[in-house]
Amino acid sequence: MTTTSGSGGRMPPALRTEALEQLLTERGLIDPKAMNEIITEYETNVGPLNGAKVVARAWTDPQYRQRLLEDGTAAIKELGFFGRQGEHIVVVENTATTHNVVVCTLCSCYPWPVLGLPPSWYKDPAYRSRMVREPRTVLAEMGLELADNVQIIVRDSTSEVRWLVLPERPAGTEHLTEEELVPLVSRDAMVGVAKVKAP
Amino acid sequence: MDSIADMGGTRGWGPAHPPRDDEPVFEEPWQGRAFALALLSIWVSGQNIDAFRHGLERLDRAAYLSDGYFGRWLNAAELQLTDSAILAPGAIDARARKLSGEDVAEPPVPEPARPQYAPTARGSLRTVDTAPAFSVGERVRAKDMSPPGHTRLPGYVRGHAGVVELIQPAAVLPDSNAHFEGENPQHVYSVRFGSRELWGADAEPFAVTVEMFESYLETTS
Repeated sequence: MTTTSGSGGRMPPALRTEALEQLLTERGLIDPKAMNEIITEYETNVGPLNGAKVVARAWTDPQYRQRLLEDGTAAIKELGFFGRQGEHIVVVENTATTHNVVVCTLCSCYPWPVLGLPPSWYKDPAYRSRMVREPRTVLAEMGLELADNVQIIVRDSTSEVRWLVLPERPAGTEHLTEEELVPLVSRDAMVGVAKVKAP
Repeated sequence: MDSIADMGGTRGWGPAHPPRDDEPVFEEPWQGRAFALALLSIWVSGQNIDAFRHGLERLDRAAYLSDGYFGRWLNAAELQLTDSAILAPGAIDARARKLSGEDVAEPPVPEPARPQYAPTARGSLRTVDTAPAFSVGERVRAKDMSPPGHTRLPGYVRGHAGVVELIQPAAVLPDSNAHFEGENPQHVYSVRFGSRELWGADAEPFAVTVEMFESYLETTS
């Protein structure tokens, strides 16, 4: 990605962003404070730690797990997570034989309230184009080799429905508490491109 | 509309990138600002998120790809703001050139012309009085159509048959809402397609589910 030179005949994006910000603020159309709040919200407050708390709760509380799989949006809201791009969240469970993985082929839709903004690989055309055509190959390229007997279900997020994967709890973590499990749960496992590993 | 944004199944993008643990949310400061500006511009332009996604759809290849995800957000925001005459065409470029030290004239500020549009409620979920036309387990076909305006029907499923896996909450139809032609709320279905139905006998075995608005579907008989 370039910042020093423009592309397609355009000025560099950093300069164009500054230009747009000036044009809108000098006419009072946007409040710089609102802008900074949005940036801080997604840079600092909302991220995959939210999703990890949801997963760790589901792993340690069978009733919560059941509510989460039946009505993801409501169960996630119980932990205080909701907002933009989280109007309706469906949670699907990965097991030893079923592997869900999430993509958005049309843009880069992603469950912001539980995972934050999407990482670069999720927005990459290679991921967006190939995950619905050869997911086993793509997952292997990303470092996840799945056994032949594992059924892959790709979730293409084409509407406002957002998908969250409940990863499989790894063997060897039975003695860990909910709080100890949280840091093990990775963003990548909650999208379905990795598994959670025991410490 | 058929566009570069509809990437499912397309070729030529190279290998997938393994995740990195140390990736910042915004790799460069302008990206965070472009992100926030794009979100606020939906409101400033008097439009909606479907019109924003249609803006992404209308970008040419360079505008879509060259400056990455946040670059395309910036470009779609510019389209929304010029469509609503909040900004004159070329206003961002002229200001950017001034910022870089060039001596350029900026276009005059136009008279805003926001669309005749007001949502009937917050968000996209709505209630629909009629019962869903399709049921869980029913075999359905994605219509083979290529609408000239906005759509969320991906090209790779058009004309293919699948099975309704879930009925999702009804929602505003992006195809009409993006053009301020009404919310036209519809039932939404998660339809499961087999990989061989989509990609032929040599495809890897897997399934893909796609959220489909009711008007995207027809019966298979």
